[in-house]
Amino acid sequence: MAKVVKNTPSEERLEVLKTYKIYVGGQFPRTESGRFYIATNKKNEKLANVCQCSRKDFRDAVGSARGAFGGWAGRAAMNRGQILYRIAEMLEGRKAQFVDELMKQNSTEAKAVEEVNLAIDRLIYYSGWCDKFQQMASTVNPVASSHFNFSAPEPTGVVAIIAPQENALIGLVSVIAACIAGGNTCVVLASSSMPLCAVTFGEVLNSSDVPGGVVNILTGSVSELAPFFADHMDVNAVLYCDKDAAVKTLIREKSALNLKRAFMYDKMDWFSDEAQSPYFILDLQETKTTWHPIENIGGAKAGY
Amino acid sequence: MTKKISIPDFSIPSRIDQVGVEERASRFTKRSIKNETKTNGLLLTLNMIDLTTLEGKDSEGKVKQLCSKAMHLHEAYPGLPTVAAVCVYPSMVKTAKKALGNSGIKVASVATAFPSGQSSAEIKLLDTKLAVDDGADEVDMVISRGRFLQGDYNFVFDEIAAIKEACGKARLKVILETGELVTLDKVRKASDIAMYAGADFIKTSTGKISPAATMPVTLVMLEAIREFYYKTGIQIGMKPAGGISKSKLALHYLVMLNETLGEDWMNNHWFRFGASSLANDVLMQLMKQRTGVYQSSNYFSND
Repeated sequence: MAKVVKNTPSEERLEVLKTYKIYVGGQFPRTESGRFYIATNKKNEKLANVCQCSRKDFRDAVGSARGAFGGWAGRAAMNRGQILYRIAEMLEGRKAQFVDELMKQNSTEAKAVEEVNLAIDRLIYYSGWCDKFQQMASTVNPVASSHFNFSAPEPTGVVAIIAPQENALIGLVSVIAACIAGGNTCVVLASSSMPLCAVTFGEVLNSSDVPGGVVNILTGSVSELAPFFADHMDVNAVLYCDKDAAVKTLIREKSALNLKRAFMYDKMDWFSDEAQSPYFILDLQETKTTWHPIENIGGAKAGY
Repeated sequence: MTKKISIPDFSIPSRIDQVGVEERASRFTKRSIKNETKTNGLLLTLNMIDLTTLEGKDSEGKVKQLCSKAMHLHEAYPGLPTVAAVCVYPSMVKTAKKALGNSGIKVASVATAFPSGQSSAEIKLLDTKLAVDDGADEVDMVISRGRFLQGDYNFVFDEIAAIKEACGKARLKVILETGELVTLDKVRKASDIAMYAGADFIKTSTGKISPAATMPVTLVMLEAIREFYYKTGIQIGMKPAGGISKSKLALHYLVMLNETLGEDWMNNHWFRFGASSLANDVLMQLMKQRTGVYQSSNYFSND
């Protein structure tokens, strides 16, 4: 019989610490730059070494997001809803880990539990909207010619997101969920002061049927990366969820280069009910209008 | 100054150190290339491209479009070089020749029952003649891999020599299809046979078989060219083809070329990239160098 080896009290077990890596193209690489920074809490205790991503990591992530876009946008809307639901299921199963990480990053236990629960509920909320917002936003337009004219929303493409900086999880989940529910793919820069949950959320995404590249999560400095988020020609929209006026101006200016949609979610309380709405999905949709010829209009006979 | 050529005994096996070649090839990917050099390298890469379309669905319209792309790579970047050549099937040579006019861009045509090479000697010669008569400046032939792997080296040698004769003034590129040759030893053997039989260029692949061009395979072929040059004084060109679609990889190939054969080969008379999508990636990198902004393929022509 195998002998059970027990640690004697004098040799305490050394805890195995997690390496916090980034999430790009369905994999967990380190930054190509080899740089890192130390994430700390308010007491200035060291929490982890975190990747300090460079513009090249962003470039690679955009490449992955662009590659994944066709497949994700082309899926049945209901299937996207199922996958968002699956993310919520996986998050539920790893609640304890997220509560633990939130508490490490200055949260109280009650607040942490509230935040994780809300994040799960928000995923369910957007999961439901996946195959419904289209009907809400589509229109049949009266036109003065023999045409059946209708407009419907379509995903805009690759979205670059600078996630809310003051909270670790709920803001991040809210913006990602609204973005992918509409069929877009995204590159997200996590909160630089509280990056732990973002990386762990990448692990949740990776185990919930989300195709690689649909969500890419980077960690690093906002001031360093914001210009590239705003001027990359292959990004179709940019979301900025913080308050820095200079960064807002920079994003507005640079995103004009290829006429990106630029949205500033700067005054949002992500815990409130106002932080979830189908209009967040519609911000990242384009409208396609179709003119379909018909033989008759307004008359008695249907021409088609 | 050509030395007297004595054809070696091909029945003696070539011995290639695979581990060493792979190690050496990976070293070329670790050179630090500064901005100005990078831009020059990218411009040179563009100028070395054989812009290729070899598909069953090729039509005259498609070939004309490709020729127009070859001449006008990206109008937003003034002063760009053109590509080296346009590479098409023999039936499209006339169309390509007419479309390119006097732009200086060469027309290369695949021949000899491309890509399999499974046909009779007569058909292969006729195929070559068709391309040359229609005005092809370069002919890309495939070797008979089946006969080669059987050890029938004389057959392969004679076939290449016969096609070379049929080419007349057109330069002959010999495609080894290294993806089907399996080992580096055989790649080296096939390179030697092709060069002694009269190839002007040796070329890795048809692009129809995976793996196509890889850096180790190309290195073995470059070293074969170097040894052939030392022995005979004859310069042979090199064309890796297939699978090179990113600028970074193309720059690695240029580093390898420079460090193996040197500056005499660093031009499109002696080195080509067989590629269809590489040109756009290079153009995107050049625009990135110029504007400082990462580019999107939406703003570059499809072909």
